[in-house]
Amino acid sequence: MTGTQAVTEPVARKVTSRLATPAGAGLAGLREAVHAEWTKFRTVSITGWLLLTTVIVTIGVSVIASSVIKCGTSAKFCSVDPTVIGLTGVTVGQITLAVLAALFVTSEYSSGMMHISLTAVPRRATMLIAKAIVVTAAALVAGVIGVLASVLIGQPLQSENGLTAHNGFLPMSLTHGAVLRAAGGSVLYLVLVALLSLGLATALRDSGLAITVVLGLVLVLPLIGKLVFNAHWERRFQRYSPMDAGLAVQATRNVARLPIGPWEGLGVMGLWAAAALLAGWLVLRFRDA
Amino acid sequence: MSTGTMTPYRSPHQPGPDGFAQLLRAEWTKLRTVRGWGIALLAAAVLAALATILIAGSANGTGNPGAQAPGPVDSSGQAVTDQFTFVHQPLAGNGSITVAVTSLTGHILQSAFGGSTPPGVTPLQPWSKAGLIISASTKQGSDYAAVMVTGQHGVRMQYDYTHDIAGQSGLPSASSPAWLRLTRSGDTITGYDSTDGRHWTQIGSATVSGLPSTVQAGLFATSPNVVIAEQGVASNNGQELSTVASASFDRLSRQGTWPASSWSSTIVGGGGRTVRKVIACGGACARLAPTANPGGYQAAGGTFTVTGTGDIAPYVSVLDPLGLSFKGALVGLIAVIALGALFITTEFRRGMMIRTTFTASPGRSRVLVAKAIVIGSVTFVAGLAAASVAFVVAQAKLNANGWAKSVYPADSLFSTHGLTVVLGTAGVFALAAVLAMAAGAAIRRTAGAIAAVIGLVVVPLILATLMPQTLADWLLRLTPAAAFSVQESSLIPHQVQQACLPYNGCYPLSPWHGFIVLCVWAVLAVGGAGYLIRRRDA
Repeated sequence: MTGTQAVTEPVARKVTSRLATPAGAGLAGLREAVHAEWTKFRTVSITGWLLLTTVIVTIGVSVIASSVIKCGTSAKFCSVDPTVIGLTGVTVGQITLAVLAALFVTSEYSSGMMHISLTAVPRRATMLIAKAIVVTAAALVAGVIGVLASVLIGQPLQSENGLTAHNGFLPMSLTHGAVLRAAGGSVLYLVLVALLSLGLATALRDSGLAITVVLGLVLVLPLIGKLVFNAHWERRFQRYSPMDAGLAVQATRNVARLPIGPWEGLGVMGLWAAAALLAGWLVLRFRDA
Repeated sequence: MSTGTMTPYRSPHQPGPDGFAQLLRAEWTKLRTVRGWGIALLAAAVLAALATILIAGSANGTGNPGAQAPGPVDSSGQAVTDQFTFVHQPLAGNGSITVAVTSLTGHILQSAFGGSTPPGVTPLQPWSKAGLIISASTKQGSDYAAVMVTGQHGVRMQYDYTHDIAGQSGLPSASSPAWLRLTRSGDTITGYDSTDGRHWTQIGSATVSGLPSTVQAGLFATSPNVVIAEQGVASNNGQELSTVASASFDRLSRQGTWPASSWSSTIVGGGGRTVRKVIACGGACARLAPTANPGGYQAAGGTFTVTGTGDIAPYVSVLDPLGLSFKGALVGLIAVIALGALFITTEFRRGMMIRTTFTASPGRSRVLVAKAIVIGSVTFVAGLAAASVAFVVAQAKLNANGWAKSVYPADSLFSTHGLTVVLGTAGVFALAAVLAMAAGAAIRRTAGAIAAVIGLVVVPLILATLMPQTLADWLLRLTPAAAFSVQESSLIPHQVQQACLPYNGCYPLSPWHGFIVLCVWAVLAVGGAGYLIRRRDA
């Protein structure tokens, strides 16, 4: 470790002197930091593979769900929400995105790269924000492609299966405001999962631990919430567990009867992500790298 | 095992004949000496038990109509379904009754689909049944033994609600009637069937203890509700409709003392009760008005036609609070998965370690097998401890919270139910860890391996509650999540017609069949990882 530092310090000092503005005002140097993070991000081969997997899995699972959903000839006897079914893949796609975001931080710790990064960008917040911006951009791209394709491919499949306006359903078409909200909200949800993972990974510094905690929060918590035979606790889980709350944004049916409103739910997910990033920043700020 | 020319340090202890014991010891030492892993394992066990107990503790039975038995209990205190049309006479002492069943037909009593038979539903149910029955009384929950023809399961002998023995196959008709005979001798009731009324085959013999000297014997017919699961999502949507069976009986003959001069008819469990209900229908289904029980009988010229609705079978709740509480073990399971992956990926991360390991024992697949055995055993023990405590405490909590013992019995740890849940959960822990270890060997990255295995084991459970039933069933048959069936506690007996909804914690595969699916996954994963690890450089 000390060897690495000794070699890179002169280089680092040079970079630092260029980046750090004399006034040290706010987040100066953010542009350079983002550029540096973006270079680190895109030059690792795993990034491309994980983003591709995210897109493929999101589309694949969504399209399969859309193609097999059949619900009779009347929405009266079927409580299915076409848009929720058509965006099922988000549940699976979030996993690879979370892995990607966690590795983006923890690989730097395991390789010792973090010392160099922090020498180059000593301001912890700046580095974390730069990483968050890069992860957000990547998740946005993967999310938009995955969600858009899920809707566009899934919609005709669903209407073939009878989930049509004629039968009383709200078809999964982006011309409907609720569907547009569900699709856009799903993309934002994916971004927030990635940020949650980034924050926790920064706080925990170990990819295995971070991904276990993230998937525990996102996947296991809502599962347990569904099992509680206690209306009070079930409602709490649905309102405050990250995935249940976050994916409330996908609902287009009986929205008024949801345990939490679509945007409020996404807001809860946003709070989880913000808390994780805050924890990450605190650890970065007060603990030696 | 060939150690090559460079022989590293050898323990003074004598290795096993092929050195595999030594390999196991080496892996055990690696696992044991990392302090964080011991803590992680302990945490996994404690969290698994704690989460299960907490879920069971929060399960409020007093506010839940499913927590109580909706109908009668049998003489052993277990909830049963006991509703049928009974055409009977008292039989004093020993005796027998013989009859030929010449037809069995059925129809749907009521339908939410405009009075017509709903699509995909046959009017005669697989477990519609009619035949002979000897019962302690005409009260619900009485001890009994019966032989019967059924809609799709041939001739059966059933007794005391839970027992079911197969006889000859086929549905009776006027040209090929099914002959049935019941014989009482003390506490023993024996059932026979025949195709011609001359050559008889014994189906089975039941010891029905506690029969009074005079019993009620005669003809019966009944037909269970049909559950139409909504074709949409595999959630709690579905309808339960009443069906009716009609059976024609011919050439009735009796032996023994039958003191009454004529037959009387009783609709057991039918007194003024409604016969149809809508189970949780997602708020979308129309409720139907209740109908009077259509049961009854007609006798003409030695021929009887008996019509009835209901069932004589164990009662199984659609809810499974204990099985679902055990999903709390997932909290521990993800820690175990992480540990399984770390057990090998840390060796790759410290590149030197895996090379040392492979130098010490060049048989790489054997290293993998040794690792699998060590991590599997350790996690099995942790899972066993957690599940044993959780099983006993969770059951007690549920019963204390108002979940009736007649429906949710407090089984011993060493009953079939207890052993299946506890050993099964421990086995799931062990195999999930092995799966994670194999994934770690193949992927070589901790996060990737953990995410992949959690994706395989946990995500199908989530998707099964979101996806259409057909897809959900396949997910729970093919993915490692099939193994969670070992935790199922409201198992539906084969002679009970009930919808198996993943949302309620019901699995399409029986407990140990589901477990075998996970075994296959683990074996294939270790095999695949062994293949990769032999081909690649360390």
